[in-house]
Amino acid sequence: MHDLSTAFVTAFQLILSLDANLLEIVGLSLRISLTAVLLAALVALPLGAAVALFRFPGRTVLVAVLNSLMGLPPVVVGLLVYLLLSRAGPLGELGLLFTPTAMVIAQTILVAPIIAALTRQTVADLNEEYAEQLGSLNVGPGRAIWTLLWEGRFSLLTAVLAGFGRASAEVGAVIIVGGNINHVTRVMTTTIALETSKGDLALALGLGIILLLLVLGINSTALAVQNTARRLYG
Amino acid sequence: MKQRLLYALVPVLLLFGITVGQASDRFIIVASTTSTQNSGLYEYMLPIFSKQTGIQVRVVAVGTGQAIKNARNCDADVLFVHHKPSEEKFVADGFGVKRYDVMYNDFVIIGFKNDPAGIKGMKDATAALQKIAAAKSPFASRGDNSGTHKKELSLWRAAGVDAPKASGTWYRETGSGMGATLNTASAMNAYTLSDRATWLNFKNKGDLAIVVEGDKRLFNQYGITLVNPAKCPKVKVADGQKFVDWVLSPQGQQVINDYKIGGQQAFFATASMRARR
Amino acid sequence: MVNFLAAWNGETEMVEDLRLTLEEVSFEVGSKKLIDRLSLIVEGGPPTVVMGPNGAGKSLLLRLCHGLLRPTSGRIIWNIGASNDVRRAQAMVFQRPVMLRRSVAANVDYALRMSGMRERKARRERVAWALEQAGLTALAGRSARVLSGGEQQRLALARAWALQPQVLFLDEPAANLDPAATRACEDMIHTIDAAGTKIVMTTHDLGQAKRLASEVLFLHQGRLAEQTAACFFFKQPQSQPAAAFLEGKLYL
Repeated sequence: MHDLSTAFVTAFQLILSLDANLLEIVGLSLRISLTAVLLAALVALPLGAAVALFRFPGRTVLVAVLNSLMGLPPVVVGLLVYLLLSRAGPLGELGLLFTPTAMVIAQTILVAPIIAALTRQTVADLNEEYAEQLGSLNVGPGRAIWTLLWEGRFSLLTAVLAGFGRASAEVGAVIIVGGNINHVTRVMTTTIALETSKGDLALALGLGIILLLLVLGINSTALAVQNTARRLYG
Repeated sequence: MKQRLLYALVPVLLLFGITVGQASDRFIIVASTTSTQNSGLYEYMLPIFSKQTGIQVRVVAVGTGQAIKNARNCDADVLFVHHKPSEEKFVADGFGVKRYDVMYNDFVIIGFKNDPAGIKGMKDATAALQKIAAAKSPFASRGDNSGTHKKELSLWRAAGVDAPKASGTWYRETGSGMGATLNTASAMNAYTLSDRATWLNFKNKGDLAIVVEGDKRLFNQYGITLVNPAKCPKVKVADGQKFVDWVLSPQGQQVINDYKIGGQQAFFATASMRARR
Repeated sequence: MVNFLAAWNGETEMVEDLRLTLEEVSFEVGSKKLIDRLSLIVEGGPPTVVMGPNGAGKSLLLRLCHGLLRPTSGRIIWNIGASNDVRRAQAMVFQRPVMLRRSVAANVDYALRMSGMRERKARRERVAWALEQAGLTALAGRSARVLSGGEQQRLALARAWALQPQVLFLDEPAANLDPAATRACEDMIHTIDAAGTKIVMTTHDLGQAKRLASEVLFLHQGRLAEQTAACFFFKQPQSQPAAAFLEGKLYL
């Protein structure tokens, strides 16, 4: 495959040349996905923990819904957010469609269920170990949310990274709500889609390789931190 | 209710602002088509306009059908597509102020070099399509309600072939953009209909080549329409109009004529030939 | 430090008034009666040791008393003298100590914060005192999870003791420890007892029971077989199951 080898050459040439366009796109991708993951985590970590710790009617249904939402197709999320933010939609006033903010919203919605579902599982497992001790210390479920989120911080990092992986890899949602506007909402994945549609497969794949390297970099950094911390804190 | 939602969103938006605070300069949104974007015309043309006027043009490129839908949702200030009947309907329905011809290029039938249907060099597009259907040679259709797709369907109708009925056999609807459909055609040894500009700018040609061109019916007219503020109060009328005016001005038309792909002129300006307004 | 200890000893004079009464307490899982109409009284003073073969319901009894489990039927009545905060009057140490993933000192501090101790300075003093009692002062900054089993159990005792409970429940506190660590653990239990906190503990280690118990509660199949002063129990058990247990027989 000629395109394959060209793709690697292209990828490395792009990296080495520090192409300004590429840097802009990479920067925007990271900013959008990291913001989305941060926001999603702020909501999803406590939510997942709460579902794990509180007993309430309809809890099983909620868990099932949460788990199913992990498989939410990005295009569907994109459409929903599009309809919400469209000037003809309920939040049209805000003028957010085709902006990076719209992309952050879409990715947040996409990522939050993943983080919440994984958090619920992690905290539920942790609670098996901690429940009696916390009960003995008079720690109610509300307070236990924060305690167990902190106790599970190393495992939960993986949940957040899974969310980040999904955010940075998806194209379906951001291309609809962002519009793939050059210099405004063009990110790695939409650029890859665009270059593919221009038939420049080598460039598209090259960009794909760079995206992979980026995600790999972030993941390995996070895991390195995790491992060191685990060694220190047991 | 709406108001309350807005208030609830304020802190969230502030947070976004910190990280994604993109310059909300003066800009307009142009709903356009993938074929125009893939041709590279915008990257050539828009910086010239922006430099002169300080107005940033944000192009959202989708199929013509989707572009019109976006504009109908008031999510664009200007519509720049290539399917005259749909555009005229858009104006007639009150969503557009007035449609102007901007430029044209033409469609070409792309085929594999070994040409199983034997249509290479034909000048009659409908006769060529009839031969493709007769030979049941694979044909990749956009199938996405885009301008190109609509054009293709009208050609099949003119040829008296009910191609969509054969969908799934030799007639294959990709349901995707021009580039993706060309990629598919390349991989399936299929014929397909493409606009010339996208074809010229397409990198993955492989063994594909133009087999039919030059038929008058393959003419591809582009039009520009300002979205009607009567229907969409949020439309940036002044700046949108400025863009429309510029595109139709002698200078804008010259810029379009100057754009070349591989030494070939990609679009032919048509506005300056006739009186506007 | 000294002042603070004195103040505390003052508080624990209330121990004399301490009484825990169980009335016909049963605990069932499904149709299985794990604790069967248990009635007994535990009073303040030297340690009460709960004994009995595996499955007799020793750990369950502690958890019921501590409020971690609710009895299916029957009542548990606390008399704790002047103070009326029943939850605050007790603490528990589990067989496998659950250490939070933070420093040794932070583990004690967390327990104090959860008990409603707001003042940072007071907490810091109490933490320092508790770690000193456990001989863990040098390890205060170390992560609790990387301590040895013996150190972890001493930290668990310190964490519970720092809460200044009137009653401290210990569930097999030394079951997983080597002899030296067991010794250290027992020494600490002695200290806690001497300082006036009522110890109620389970063990299946006869030697440990002899070393620590002042009174023995012997459970058999979820029922109270006997409640006897330790000096009599080990010489002359009153019930057949207890006698069989002491002889190393299996009584069915």
